[in-house]
Amino acid sequence: MKDDICVVVETLRGEVTDTTFSMLAAGRELANGLNTGLTALLVGHEVQGLAQNLGAADKVACIESSALVDFNPEAYLRVIAECLKAEPPRVVLFGSTAMGTDLACGIAMQLNAPVITSCRTVAVEDGLPTYACLTCGGKIVAQGPIPGPMCVVIVMPGGYKAEQGRIDKTPAVYALATPAVDGARTVFNQYIEPEVTDVDITKESILVSVGRGIQNQDNIELAEKLAAVLGGVVSGSRPVVDQGWLPTPRMVGKSGKMVKPKLYLAVGISGAPEHLEGIPEAETMIAINTDEKAPIFDVAHYGTTADAVELLPALTEKLKQA
Amino acid sequence: MISKPILVLLAFLASLVAFGIRVYPRFSHMMMGQKADCFGNWLERIKALLVYFAGQARLFRFKDTGTAHFFIFWGFLLLFPTILQGILEGLFPEFVLPVLGTFGPILLFQDLIAVAVIVGVLYGLYYRLVVKPERYKKSHQFEGSLVLVFIFTIMFSLLCTNGLMQNLGEAPPSAMAGWRPVSAMCGSLFEGMSEHAQHTLKELFYWIHLGVVLVFLPLLPAGKHFHVITSLPAVFLRNLEPPGKLSPAQTFDGLPGVGKVENFTWRQMLDWYTCSECGRCQEVCPAYNSGAPLSPKLLMMDLRDHLYERGAALRRNGRTNNDVHNPLNKPLTGDVIADETLWACTTCYACDQECPLFVEHVQPIVDMRRFLLTQQRVGNELMSALNNLRRYGNSFGKSERQRALWTKGFNPKIKDIRKSPAQTLWFLGDYASYNPTLTEITQATARVFTKAGLDFGVLYDAERNAGNDVRRVGEDGLFELLRQKNKNALEKCEYEQVVTTDPHTYNTLKNEYELNGKATAVYHYTELLDKLIAAGQLPIKRKLGYTVTYHDPCYLGRYNNVYDPPRRVLKALGCQIVEMPRNRDRALCCGAGGGRIWMEEQNVTERPSENRIREAIGLTNVEYFVVACPKDVTMYCDAVKTTGNENTLQVKDLIELVEEALQDESATATTVSAPADSESTHS
Amino acid sequence: MDIIVPIKFVPDLVEELEIDDSTGLLDRTFVRMIPNELDEHALEQALLLKEKQGGTVTVITLDYGDVDEALFTAKAKGADRIIKISGDDFDQGVDNHATTAILQQAISDIPFDLVLTGTQAVDDLDGSVGPLLAARLGLPYVGYIVRVASDNGTLTVAKEYPGGLTAEIDVTMPAVLGIQAAEKPPRYVVTSLVMEAMKSATIDEQGAGERADEPLAEVSGMAIPESGAHAEMIAGDAQEVAEALIGVMREKGIVG
Repeated sequence: MKDDICVVVETLRGEVTDTTFSMLAAGRELANGLNTGLTALLVGHEVQGLAQNLGAADKVACIESSALVDFNPEAYLRVIAECLKAEPPRVVLFGSTAMGTDLACGIAMQLNAPVITSCRTVAVEDGLPTYACLTCGGKIVAQGPIPGPMCVVIVMPGGYKAEQGRIDKTPAVYALATPAVDGARTVFNQYIEPEVTDVDITKESILVSVGRGIQNQDNIELAEKLAAVLGGVVSGSRPVVDQGWLPTPRMVGKSGKMVKPKLYLAVGISGAPEHLEGIPEAETMIAINTDEKAPIFDVAHYGTTADAVELLPALTEKLKQA
Repeated sequence: MISKPILVLLAFLASLVAFGIRVYPRFSHMMMGQKADCFGNWLERIKALLVYFAGQARLFRFKDTGTAHFFIFWGFLLLFPTILQGILEGLFPEFVLPVLGTFGPILLFQDLIAVAVIVGVLYGLYYRLVVKPERYKKSHQFEGSLVLVFIFTIMFSLLCTNGLMQNLGEAPPSAMAGWRPVSAMCGSLFEGMSEHAQHTLKELFYWIHLGVVLVFLPLLPAGKHFHVITSLPAVFLRNLEPPGKLSPAQTFDGLPGVGKVENFTWRQMLDWYTCSECGRCQEVCPAYNSGAPLSPKLLMMDLRDHLYERGAALRRNGRTNNDVHNPLNKPLTGDVIADETLWACTTCYACDQECPLFVEHVQPIVDMRRFLLTQQRVGNELMSALNNLRRYGNSFGKSERQRALWTKGFNPKIKDIRKSPAQTLWFLGDYASYNPTLTEITQATARVFTKAGLDFGVLYDAERNAGNDVRRVGEDGLFELLRQKNKNALEKCEYEQVVTTDPHTYNTLKNEYELNGKATAVYHYTELLDKLIAAGQLPIKRKLGYTVTYHDPCYLGRYNNVYDPPRRVLKALGCQIVEMPRNRDRALCCGAGGGRIWMEEQNVTERPSENRIREAIGLTNVEYFVVACPKDVTMYCDAVKTTGNENTLQVKDLIELVEEALQDESATATTVSAPADSESTHS
Repeated sequence: MDIIVPIKFVPDLVEELEIDDSTGLLDRTFVRMIPNELDEHALEQALLLKEKQGGTVTVITLDYGDVDEALFTAKAKGADRIIKISGDDFDQGVDNHATTAILQQAISDIPFDLVLTGTQAVDDLDGSVGPLLAARLGLPYVGYIVRVASDNGTLTVAKEYPGGLTAEIDVTMPAVLGIQAAEKPPRYVVTSLVMEAMKSATIDEQGAGERADEPLAEVSGMAIPESGAHAEMIAGDAQEVAEALIGVMREKGIVG
């Protein structure tokens, strides 16, 4: 693992997450550019079976213990830190997720390495690795060199599609000695399932999605009417759910659901990265936002600055007449 | 056998004592209240007494019951000598009041008055028992009917006593001579009876007459008829401040607002005693009639009952304890008055305007809202709006630097009054500045002002929300902060008058900002246009000839009495006005005021704005629904759509019609999507 | 329970952000600095815990130039102690490593059971305050927290995963938590109480001490992202735009 590019694999309930594959894609780019190996670090319990999916990596190092079945921040931090200290990689990649962000900074501090947050893409030019991050709600791109001799990079999905990290090869899998994990000051208890609802937005092909720009709860009715006429359902961004205007199962985004609809109508959504993470692909995205500079227009296929309060009923009417 | 005089004396004293026992606690409860400054301005107060107390002016807003009450009220007052006569003749047999008990024409007058009272009472009973109006629901209706029956009994027994006295030859000479024809008619009912029987009957009627009066007296302090006593002081001591000027927040235990009933002023408590439960306020309340959980009438009754209960409990043991039934443990807000009730109010002032006894409903609601905010009992939407107002000075959450975006494209540039003096300072208000649907109207206003040759300027980024609805929502501290920021900006400018298109802004600038020294002249744009037209300065090029109806905004009409200027402007434009049934001070609020536009919609049966549009649709041939407030534009445009009337009625701000009338005959009317040069015409 | 809430100020995204040509970095001239939204949630969570179980809440921030109002607002909301740390050129923005080093020094003499801070901030470039501070203090860190409950000295938190799934985790105090959402939206405190606090409360002022250099990734430049693709914009009034959009949807076979 020494001097390799190391991707810390994320698993949730026995499955490798899509974020991991985005990281592998990024890691592959770095490994190729720096002419070094790509190692995936897989932590958990009885996880060697998952290693076959990680074909983008050259090697998969496994740390297994029954104490590591479910993500336990402190325990994971300890085992990963020990492992990486023993064989320090060139770059360590974590996902910008509930799991990755618990670990990345702690690892960086223990390895005395810098840490780069919200990294979207990486590149290697003339043997020098660089990063590009999206910050300030997606309004600013920051770039710079990935410093040596070691650096921790937190990767945001969006720069690389998960498919780019799924390569049909079999990596070399080996086990690492498991450091002791007793006395961890965090203990995993149980999962609490999300509310059950009759609407699963991940299965809908048409979504009328509302954001803060919808301004008040009453206007959501306009979205509901349009969704009904289109044969779709209403979803929303985090602020709208936090306000209580839509129930949690309707949330699209990093903390919500990932959707892949045929049509995604983004109404009053600015396009912050956390939300866009929820729409890795939409066949057609139409954005309605009165702010012509909203980042959503960089991702949408079609856009308009017309006022939603007038446009949504107009659309509904015309579709009814058709 | 106890003599009659002694019996009368005992009955009279018993009644007085009972009255005293019942009225004293009311008085001591009122003393729990905070101090109030309702004195001074004696001449104006006396005038008010004449018009509203003696003249019963506001009662006639409901013509039939108003007339009935006028007769009952005056009848009772004018017949008071007969009650006096009754008591005195009981104490001193054969006593007759000089003049009032003997002079012929006066006796006739009394007889006729008694008939008028009976007619009034019978109408009242008919109204209560047959018509059964909605506004009496949950009032103490039994008490209402009972008192009418009492009054009828008092009148009838009086007439019968007099009649029987005439039959027995005991009446005063003028009565015997025929000056009491009605009493005589009643007396004729008993003509056939023996003298002995008539004597007994006369005594019986006497005791019925006196008895009902003496029972009625101690009943007064208990319920809605307390207004019989308190109405005079209430009308006399009514609030003479402009309606649009709220009393500032008072602090109790470090928190602003009223959290306990004793934090209200004694004058407010007097209001609740005076509430006669007539329900006229409820009848005109947009919240109540849309199905929201607010009735101004019930609010007054609940406050009154809670005061009685809490006052009595405080006198008894004076401490809260763990007893769940202890009235002292009952919180004023959340229990006695529900939070939703308080948030439902649009502060439209219809209730305060309607009340014949000048009971104030809006101020106590704002007082309690102030307290709710300190307890974080605020909906998320309102919290968000207040956060935006505090951080950005506008409820939209947009940067101050976007406030003047609407001025883009104007050539020459709209004057920045921070840098150059102007005769008129145009204070826009949030909605006119930030709401994208209103940009065209704001730009049209600028073009009209320019065509009228008005020298005007705006504050650009320095303007903040004027704070009218911030205050009505209960955030007095934020209102003061915004007011200070605005005044700081205004201080640095040179201007002679202020104009605004937003009635809410207008109200607070005019009544609560105290723009002394500098311009104290604050105009709504309709007032300004009216003046310009009168001075011949508005170049109206054509008569529009539309048939329109005009909606009076709450903060322009009821709050500030500006009803005629907009109508004169419409007439000058050549429009014909068809009034809606509820117009001027009876106009129905659109539902956006009092901060409601910042709150989640409550479950309503019909939105006030939709009800209003339906009212307008009911008029024949009306093409345009004309408004003069930016919030009205958005509310009514929505309502036209949601009621499916886009093809029947169109909402227009008055300024749009003015702009149309300023165009040359040859040009056709357009709604311009980009601002135009000030001198060109459009086609 | 004694809780420390570090608050970071971040650029207000309501304003348009521009790049300073001379530095190649964010132009901070017109930028309004506001408390990080998730730190407000952290404060709210801390106050909720204090209301349930007693204890103290200390709010601490670096002095970016205009932080007093936010601190007094925190005091009016119920914080016990408010601290601001001043230093040279904080108004040009302070990275998270420097911020956490300064915080570590500043809180070294304050006893606490929990540090609550937002799980991330919009301008994070070098990690986040929560996990960096935890690493410096040698304390456990759990982020993406949406619920905190303390029962007889045991702290149980709910950590949010995608799709509404949460994991319940027990944490030994003292610890650092990254808050994603407080159990209730951050409370509104009326202006008159903030004004009161401004008159009666005092902000503890401290200076930032020396700090050692640490490895940091350099930002060689910032830019407003130019996307390769941009949406095809449709102009017109509501009716025209609606027609056009329906045309698009027909083309794509979304509507008949």
